Amino acid sequence: MYEFNYHRPGTLEEAKKMLSASEDPKIIAGGMTLLPTMKFRLARPSDLIDLGNISKLHGIRDDGDSLFIAAMTIHAEVASNELVRAGIPALAELAGNIGDPQVRNRGTLGGSIANNDPAADYPAALLALDAVVQTDKRSIPSERFLSGMFETALQSDEIVTGVTFSRPKRAAYAKFPNPASRYAIAGVMVAEYADSVRVAVTGAAACAFRAAELEQALSSDFSAAALDGLEIDAGELNSDLHASPEYRAHLVILLAKRAVAAAGG
Amino acid sequence: MKSQISLQLNGDKVSAEVESRTLLVELIRQRLGKTGTHIGCDTSQCGACVVHMNGRSVKSCTLLAVQAQGADIVTIEGIAENGELHPMQQAFREHHGLQCGFCTPGMIMSALDLLKLHPDPDDREIREWLEGNLCRCTGYQNIVRSIKAGARAMRR
Ligand SMILES: Cc1cc2nc3c(=O)[nH]c(=O)nc-3n(C[C@H](O)[C@H](O)[C@H](O)COP(=O)(O)OP(=O)(O)OC[C@H]3O[C@@H](n4cnc5c(N)ncnc54)[C@H](O)[C@@H]3O)c2cc1C
Ligand code: FES
Ligand code: FES
Repeated sequence: MYEFNYHRPGTLEEAKKMLSASEDPKIIAGGMTLLPTMKFRLARPSDLIDLGNISKLHGIRDDGDSLFIAAMTIHAEVASNELVRAGIPALAELAGNIGDPQVRNRGTLGGSIANNDPAADYPAALLALDAVVQTDKRSIPSERFLSGMFETALQSDEIVTGVTFSRPKRAAYAKFPNPASRYAIAGVMVAEYADSVRVAVTGAAACAFRAAELEQALSSDFSAAALDGLEIDAGELNSDLHASPEYRAHLVILLAKRAVAAAGG
Repeated sequence: MKSQISLQLNGDKVSAEVESRTLLVELIRQRLGKTGTHIGCDTSQCGACVVHMNGRSVKSCTLLAVQAQGADIVTIEGIAENGELHPMQQAFREHHGLQCGFCTPGMIMSALDLLKLHPDPDDREIREWLEGNLCRCTGYQNIVRSIKAGARAMRR
């Protein structure tokens, strides 16, 4: 790893100043993605701005119809927090199955979504739970936030401060994990709201997406059987050593059915 | 950039001057001389480097020493008391939970974190918890057995 300057600001304002004053800065949250990338010399920031000491970026709040989770909240905290477990248990479940316990003890919500790995779990929750990403500058609806493979709507000096998740009537997440890394070969989150059903798929394509056809079928009948005979177009799906596009298309329907069943549909 | 950091290591206050890029595991092994914490993969996969930071298990190969400023760090050297093996160490010894022993410090530090959440874990909970700890020798059977026995001894 190349040497860099390290900063640990105590406030968001200080962090912003450091970001604009540094030559080629990078934010570090849990470091679970960034540090390996720097070890491989795929990234060589001049300065690392550590968000760990900014108390405003920690914590979970129940806002009635929604839950607010601050950016620096670690996966282990989302998995065990009482407000999340009571309000959106599917989200706690999703966080509790990310990677391994030590990754969950360091990796953060903000870091995960800012990275937008096509195989990460949180992007599915962002789309299925109609989430809004809060930054130091603005609010960004999840569909606009997740803009492509490892790409987001974030500007280079923008800091994710938290995410607001809408509370569904019921929801569940089902994933087919890579047996080594636990990243999703495919993962599907299904969420039922008073007036709609949202189905979000991660791991299968370059970026997480909503499956409109599955949403339509489940809106009229929230049951696994409602998905019988439906197909996902394999044309746009990922192909790698873990799975072919056709296999991923098959997994998406299967996992959607499992998620619906787990949600009690 | 060099900075002076101080932290608690196994209950002792220590300080050192480190580069920003110094990993926590390098600080612990090379500078502070506690070589019980191992480096297996150096890529956050194997768990040989697991230590406790402020009460949670973490991979010290994927943490900067400067990030541990002010933290409370416990390594495998910090769990024995009065010269007697910790019950979990004793259980690994009695139940053949190790062969070459390279993964063992990480396994034990990881297991102790699990027991904070589940003092009486079943086989499935133990195996799921060990997702981030690789062993190339034992086939895990005796590791799971050791953790169960260690947990039993600790509940007594
Ligand atoms: C062995 C292993 C297994 C894993 N398995 C899974 C898995 O199964 N599922 C899964 O979803 N993930 C998995 N991960 C990824 C993990 O969940 C982390 O969440 C993820 O690496 C990024 O979070 P972080 O907090 O570590 O971010 P960092 O590594 O610190 O940062 C990642 C990127 O986000 C930027 N960033 C961080 N915080 C902010 C912010 N607040 N505002 C703006 N930009 C920010 C950084 O600049 C950097 O570019 C795994 C990781 C490892 C090492
Ligand atoms: S050396 Fe840290 S996880 Fe392998
Ligand atoms: S005992 Fe040799 S790696 Fe586990």
